[in-house]
Amino acid sequence: MRIQAERLSYSYQAGSSFSAYALKDVTLTIEEGEFFGIIGHTGSGKSTFVQHLNALIKLPTADKKFKPKKPKKGQPAPVYPSLVIGKYDLGDKKTNFKELRSKVGIVFQYPEYQLFAESVYDDVAFGLKNFRSELSEEEKTVLVRDAISAVGLDYESVKDASPFDLSGGQKRRVAIAGVIVTRPEILILDEPAAGLDPLGKKEIMELLHSLHRDWCKTVIIVSHDMDEISENCTRAAVFSHGELKFVLPPSELFLHDEELKALDLDIPVTAKVRLALKAKGIDVQTDFTEEDFAEKVLAYYKGVRA
Amino acid sequence: MKDIAFGQYYPVSSFVHKLDPRFKIVALITYIVAIFLANNYYGMAVCALGFFLIVLCSRVPFKKVFRSVKGIFVLLIFTAVLQIFFYQESENAKVWQWWIFTVSDESLLHAGFLVLRLALLVMVASILTFTTTPVALTDGLESLLYPLKLIRFPVHELALIMSIALRFIPTLMEETERIMNAQKARGADFESGSLLSRAKAVIPILIPLLISSFRRAEELGDAMDARCYAGSKVRTKYKKLKFSWRDLVGLLVIAAIVVGVVFLKRFGAV
Ligand SMILES: Nc1ncnc2c1ncn2[C@@H]1O[C@H](COP(=O)(O)OP(=O)(O)O)[C@@H](O)[C@H]1O
Ligand SMILES: [Mg+2]
Repeated sequence: MRIQAERLSYSYQAGSSFSAYALKDVTLTIEEGEFFGIIGHTGSGKSTFVQHLNALIKLPTADKKFKPKKPKKGQPAPVYPSLVIGKYDLGDKKTNFKELRSKVGIVFQYPEYQLFAESVYDDVAFGLKNFRSELSEEEKTVLVRDAISAVGLDYESVKDASPFDLSGGQKRRVAIAGVIVTRPEILILDEPAAGLDPLGKKEIMELLHSLHRDWCKTVIIVSHDMDEISENCTRAAVFSHGELKFVLPPSELFLHDEELKALDLDIPVTAKVRLALKAKGIDVQTDFTEEDFAEKVLAYYKGVRA
Repeated sequence: MKDIAFGQYYPVSSFVHKLDPRFKIVALITYIVAIFLANNYYGMAVCALGFFLIVLCSRVPFKKVFRSVKGIFVLLIFTAVLQIFFYQESENAKVWQWWIFTVSDESLLHAGFLVLRLALLVMVASILTFTTTPVALTDGLESLLYPLKLIRFPVHELALIMSIALRFIPTLMEETERIMNAQKARGADFESGSLLSRAKAVIPILIPLLISSFRRAEELGDAMDARCYAGSKVRTKYKKLKFSWRDLVGLLVIAAIVVGVVFLKRFGAV
């Protein structure tokens, strides 16, 4: 499913005197099959944006009480934000939002804090119970087993365990399994690696790649870690104060190091080393992945020696 | 969820904001006593006048103060209806009859009086929370309850518990919203269904909320231990409460209200 957002704006304190926009006029298209990154400093509107994709925050036109304002004389008709995901129009109050939510899975920050059931099995099955109540127990068991295996846990040994007895990393995997169990086409993760050690981060990113390969067509991650973005994403969007600043593939995005710095954002290690080399008069063209960067530097040295 | 009018600090600088919280608490109690002493509209007028004066001096918009009545609106209507229909009027009352209902001028006056009394009560109490930070409020309470220490009542601990609870209300609200969103994303439905199914739907919110509260409590306890927190015995205050000329002025206003009400009692009850 393709995501098409147009002129998305949102304010948490609608109508109050200090209505600062958490999201301002964001127009963005995310294609099916992308591994999309969203970056921006804290409070830049990343979470607000992804909550729109799941209709947790509804568009004004999708509100039950919504009535279009009549345009005043001599003024153009008001334009409302629009958001279309696949065949679902999120600006339409008649859209089946429940079905949409089963197609667009969202894993919140620190998802392990929302575990609640007595067993891992029950917790993972929660989404199925809500979205796919027509399934038989056997069918549900198959789906739950697949989801738990897909996040890299051993189904037989964890299914009856209490989710609260697991380690931090395992809990996070269970929480992710609880979202992918309904087989969403789009999987969104809000800072999936937050609070993990470097190894844990690496494992989570590997997990997301394997999910992207054979589970969910589109993966969207919100991240602070530029290395994560440059290594993994097909494209990345940069938010600042609710506005969209860039939408570019990493290979082009991190050429804008000055602008990113002005937005208080970091750049990946490869981009930093590239700048340091450039200052010494060595210009290396790279797409900023570690592998490509190492290759290009190596090629440069070989060229010098020859 | 976040704009519950009652009990929200309104951050401006005003005469009332600067009053000593201890004085404000005592003044509120005195004012409430005055409202109950008042037994006719003259006395109530004095109370209302005092109320308007206090609101003006607090720079809290009237709209905000009036909104605090919303929470007890149903109670007000209920009281008024009960009073109007079940009031025992005297013989020389003007009476209108309709089916089984009897309405008299006396019962109407009486109902209006009670409604006014309740509304004033709530609005004045809301002024206290509009103009006093929760921290100042607990500081004031602790100081006022100090004599109870003589009978070994843990006043300081009680105040601490209160201020921690107040401090964590917004945090817990935020947390609740986060967890609700997370479970909604997994298809949880809190708005439709039977009463039983809606009660059941609360479990996936309540359990994570409880667990995170315990976790927070533990972390807070550890943090306090790490800073060698040892309760009231050795702790000194950063902000000492002091009476000022403002409190004296406030005292005069409250005294005037009480005297006025008591004086006006001679005109008889409603
Ligand atoms: N539930 C909320 N109520 C009020 N304001 C909020 C809420 N959530 C976020 N905000 C505000 O909206 C802005 C954007 O927040 P958010 O989308 O969470 O940013 P990010 O995820 O990039 O850190 C911030 O200024 C934040 O303070
Ligand atoms: Mg966020």
